[in-house]
Amino acid sequence: MQWLNVIIQGVLVGGLYAMFAAGLALIFGVMRLVNIAHGDLIVLAAYIALLATESLGINPLAALVIVAPVMAAIGYALQRGLLNRTLGDDLLPPLLVTFGLSIIIQNGLLELFTADSRRLAAGDIEVASFPLIEGVSIGVLPLLQFAAAVAVIGGLQVLFYRTALGRAFRATSDDPAVAQLMGLDNRHVFALAMAMSLAVVGVAGVLLAIRTNFDPAIGPARLIFGFEAVIIGGLGSMWGTFAGGIILGVAQAIGAHINPGWQVLAGHLAFLVILAVRPEGLFPKVQG
Amino acid sequence: MASPFAVKHASRSSRIGSAGFAIAFVALVAAPGFAGRDDLRLLSEIFSYIVLASLWNLLAGYAGLVSVGQQAYVGLGGYVLFAATILAGVHPLIAVPLAGIAAALLALPVAGLMFRLRGHYFAIGTWVVAEVFRLLASQLSALGGGSGISLPAGMVIAMATTRQWREFLIYWLSLALLAAVLGGIVLLLRSRYGLALTAIRDNEIAARSNGVDVWRVKLAIYVAAALGTAMMGALIFLQKLRISPDTAFSVNDWTAFVIFITVIGGIGRVEGPIIGTLVFFILRRTLADLGSLYLLMLGAVAIAVMLFAPKGIWGFVAERFGWHLLPLERRLRFAADARTK
Repeated sequence: MQWLNVIIQGVLVGGLYAMFAAGLALIFGVMRLVNIAHGDLIVLAAYIALLATESLGINPLAALVIVAPVMAAIGYALQRGLLNRTLGDDLLPPLLVTFGLSIIIQNGLLELFTADSRRLAAGDIEVASFPLIEGVSIGVLPLLQFAAAVAVIGGLQVLFYRTALGRAFRATSDDPAVAQLMGLDNRHVFALAMAMSLAVVGVAGVLLAIRTNFDPAIGPARLIFGFEAVIIGGLGSMWGTFAGGIILGVAQAIGAHINPGWQVLAGHLAFLVILAVRPEGLFPKVQG
Repeated sequence: MASPFAVKHASRSSRIGSAGFAIAFVALVAAPGFAGRDDLRLLSEIFSYIVLASLWNLLAGYAGLVSVGQQAYVGLGGYVLFAATILAGVHPLIAVPLAGIAAALLALPVAGLMFRLRGHYFAIGTWVVAEVFRLLASQLSALGGGSGISLPAGMVIAMATTRQWREFLIYWLSLALLAAVLGGIVLLLRSRYGLALTAIRDNEIAARSNGVDVWRVKLAIYVAAALGTAMMGALIFLQKLRISPDTAFSVNDWTAFVIFITVIGGIGRVEGPIIGTLVFFILRRTLADLGSLYLLMLGAVAIAVMLFAPKGIWGFVAERFGWHLLPLERRLRFAADARTK
């Protein structure tokens, strides 16, 4: 029963990791861009939520309405103003520019907010829980986060395969030159993809900030969790990424249960094992 | 049959440059005779960043292996040094090459895993490896766990009887490693492997189609970089006399600075990391009081360089004036008779 509890908690955390991963997978899928600043943008979203709740006195969950659009706007501007210039055959510019961005965001947040740990207070909901069966109880907040993750991933999947924007994303991903000939403005499509990615980052950042303490330095670890979930899941679909997040969450929960020092290490090891035995991930893209 | 042409490496600028390097080397060897303690310490630090940046440049600028996890090998080198001296009683100076060998051996399986990740993902993958090393190091209770450990006094004295001689020794060792790494890179680039490496840098697919075994060349470079980086790491922590997981595997100290140095100096050129390190230390001297703002500005400068002058300071100079400080060019000189007849 204890193990069932561990696994359920792991699955619930995994939803959050899946959200970190979804934003990464989205922009990699559309424009082959790996954003090293992804984790720091999650932390930035958490600080924007902190500002919003403190200055407006609203509930953190309500702050989502502000944070997600603000992050989306940042994403659009970032892609159009900076990152579009780095795209091309050479791998180096996007990597180094997003790496530089990561350092800038981290140190900028450090200047503005100091290194102190912060947290969003969400009220009673933080500790509310209900028993599932004997010995296993589920927190309302983790469940809510998990539901949000399912909604975000499902929403992205629908967006990709059922809407005109999704068609534009897929077309640009398959062949940017032909997509452009068909009248799509790639710069705009890429910027929209980054806006979507950072909107998801916004949601993930707020949920992270309610769940745990955060400070300016925790971004890189979130990037790594998201990255591991993407690779474990394979690059086939958003649901694969979702599964990757959950596997990572469960691996960490099991590691933490054995020895609290092994939580993160267990996640890394799960990633390395998958990389060794199944480098294309668990749910790879079907080769057509 | 005599070849109708010869490959010439040296040019006038490279002769001047090489002479400059030789003079600088002699002066630096003699530096303990006239420079103060702080100057030597600063010089050692400069050497260590030139070594780390040169090796990163070899990886990212030539072999196309953009790693953001080289702190794995800096930290590993430091930890092997501390483990060998404290737990096995090995003399610190023997532990330095030992650290390099250990890192090279470990780099083989790591490369086997990481090379499965394409391009961008390789970068983050190497970061995961560095994190795994850091987390494992903090589980080593024999080496102080998460809070780290100092080198015992006995070991410190074993190196040299006085503090002055110890500092001289570490300074010379850093200088020797710098000379070995730079010399090794120059020799490597002048060899046929250097030609293969330059081909990979310029176009990996074309290199492959001309018979370059890209995977093997990359593996060799990755292992060699791990070896040099770990030996430098061992020397860095031999000077600090104290190690902890967070300082040993710091992404800011051992990777962010190194990347910014290389990008600003000029990636894909041997002179780049040297110029970049000098710029970095001059900037640090003037802007050190700014703390985290300094790092922020470095990041912004690196982004600007990447966008507007992607070949860095030295790339700009080399193209504008045709200067090369090291004899690395390949110019074909036809024998006079082959051309006139």
